[in-house]
Amino acid sequence: MSKAHPLHANQPRPLEGVLDMSSQNKKQNLLEVDDLTMRFGGLIAVNKVKLNVEKGQIVSIIGPNGAGKTTVFNCLTGFYKPSDGRIRYRGENITGSKNHEISLKGIVRTFQHVRLFKSMTVLENLLVAQHRHLNTNLLSGLFKTPAYRRSEREALDCAAYWLDKVNLTEMANRDAGNLAYGQQRRLEIARCMVTRPDMLMLDEPAAGLNPQETKELDELICDLRDHHDVSVMLIEHDMKLVMEISDHIYVINQGTPLADGTPEQIKNNPDVIKAYLGEA
Amino acid sequence: MNAVNFKNAIITSIVFVILASFMMGVQLVPDGTGLAITFADPVRIEALAIALAVLFVFQLFRSPITSSWQTFRNALPLPEQGLTEALQAQGEKHPRLKQLTIAFVLAGLIIWPFYASRGSVDLATLALIYVMLGLGLNIVVGLAGLLDLGYVGFYAVGAYSYALLNQYLGLDFWSCLLISGLIAAFFGFILGFPVLRLRGDYLAIVTLGFGEIIRILLLNWTSITGGPNGISQIPKPTLFGLEFSRRAKEEGNIPFHEFFGIDYSSGYKVIFLYLLALVLVIVTLWVINRLLRMPIGRAWEALREDDIACQSLGMNKTAIKLSAFTIGAAFAGFAGTFFAARQGFISPESFTFIESAIILAIVVLGGMGSQMGVVLAAIIMTVLPELAREFNEYRMLMFGLLMVFMMIWRPAGLIPMKRPHIALKDNDEQSSSASRKPAQAA
Repeated sequence: MSKAHPLHANQPRPLEGVLDMSSQNKKQNLLEVDDLTMRFGGLIAVNKVKLNVEKGQIVSIIGPNGAGKTTVFNCLTGFYKPSDGRIRYRGENITGSKNHEISLKGIVRTFQHVRLFKSMTVLENLLVAQHRHLNTNLLSGLFKTPAYRRSEREALDCAAYWLDKVNLTEMANRDAGNLAYGQQRRLEIARCMVTRPDMLMLDEPAAGLNPQETKELDELICDLRDHHDVSVMLIEHDMKLVMEISDHIYVINQGTPLADGTPEQIKNNPDVIKAYLGEA
Repeated sequence: MNAVNFKNAIITSIVFVILASFMMGVQLVPDGTGLAITFADPVRIEALAIALAVLFVFQLFRSPITSSWQTFRNALPLPEQGLTEALQAQGEKHPRLKQLTIAFVLAGLIIWPFYASRGSVDLATLALIYVMLGLGLNIVVGLAGLLDLGYVGFYAVGAYSYALLNQYLGLDFWSCLLISGLIAAFFGFILGFPVLRLRGDYLAIVTLGFGEIIRILLLNWTSITGGPNGISQIPKPTLFGLEFSRRAKEEGNIPFHEFFGIDYSSGYKVIFLYLLALVLVIVTLWVINRLLRMPIGRAWEALREDDIACQSLGMNKTAIKLSAFTIGAAFAGFAGTFFAARQGFISPESFTFIESAIILAIVVLGGMGSQMGVVLAAIIMTVLPELAREFNEYRMLMFGLLMVFMMIWRPAGLIPMKRPHIALKDNDEQSSSASRKPAQAA
């Protein structure tokens, strides 16, 4: 799975298999979140959450249902305007930016319920997502200038590469809505990846997948981090997946940060056990 | 005796004989002041006899014939698909065949008016105007999924732009075509702003209001637009300065027939308008067809499918919506200019809500987003009421009924939109790129 796509060849990639990112001491903060608070009227959905994502990390947010995990996601990706707190991405303050602006900066997300362009084909889904990389000049498109053709060709190549990556090449011209659920999930991730993000935010990517598909997802996410220069933040309930792939885990309970640490630390944290299993 | 249905054949034949003898066997011929009954000539009776024989045999062996037809059909490579789908599939397999078909249809459309009656050419011109309007609205409703009930407003803006620019500034049709398109596009842009946050029903109401505002403005701004009296004597388009009237209206212009040294005929004008409309429609079709396959067209569809996902992928919802409104309105502007030029007279009466409803019906009937569907529906919607003129008041009733049944039987429209099939790298290309890679590595 280590073949690199020609389009990504000119992008700086982490040294493949030579260095383990976690052992690298030069840590580079990609996303820093301080005191993130989100109030809906009197209800405090998120209360002073602090997050930190380093470049090349897989960070998970876990917590019981209704803990406010998705609300955190919505704040980070600009779907909600946080009531309080600060979000810094690559040192730049992006608190309260519009969602499409944030995704243009390189933070792209998936949704808890798959949000594909259902009546468009799989391939079109991937072409649409590359909108900002394409030649969108009206006249050059109307007259099919060489520059436009090249841009479309590249988009198609990129789409083909990712289709192959998520095993959907056969389905390229099927309507996205007709895919099986697991395939739709994979397509959604591929659709994020063609935008060439730096940070991928996955909201319950394993929900509704069978064990085999979950395992494949696990491999895919690790591959994205190792070979495609993305950091991943994910919300997930599948503990096996979370513990296996996470570099760092944040636990949120009732909107409030409960604990954070490596999978090992979280597993043995008494507060976390209490929150999940109730008082003993 | 299952296969051979003797009884049925006898009954059918008897019915045929009774009907045919009355309808075709005897004729009424005027004889002085009264009418005389004459029997049909032997040739016709012979033909009827042959028809009777065919009918009898067919009814007799009906079930074996139909069943063998079924097996024949199943054996054909094109199975249960409808004709249009089959044609489309063929077109994709043989691009040359598709081009050839288009060339033939085009040639037919160009030659046709020279042989057709004046009335039908005129009707065809009207149909082409609606094709243009349908295609334009298709961008907004069919592709971007924004329900627009005030589309006629832009049509009116286009028509009045030409009429007023001509009246006050003396600009001719061709320059106005461009300017009116731009003005209508600008109005589309303006309307786009307040409705950015609206969706579905709310959007429909606001656009409906917009269409009415335009109409009422035109109606009441008497000093400029002439109010309910409208604007008359709008000049017809010219062909490189050649007029299609008997005598040139403007100084220095030469009438078409004098230039070519042929006799004057008012038919030339009708044919010219038809061909002009045809050119406009073809340009519209081509432009929208390109737009569809361009990033902007895909973005419109993505917006229709899921606007939240759109934004999460970095697409600017505002820009996409505004572009759909603007470009859709521009085509209404072109259609409006042509309409004003063709009619020679416009008044706010021509731009009532019912027009918006008809254009919307064309889009829905044809199939949201489908180009060919919209063309077909526009033709049906304009030609059918003319054909059904004999039914007087009942025709609107029939029309409504037809639409109800259409929506039940074919909810996706006459020709549903088909997703473009985009070939990924074909096999040989893939193998060549594969062979290139090791070479690079080495």
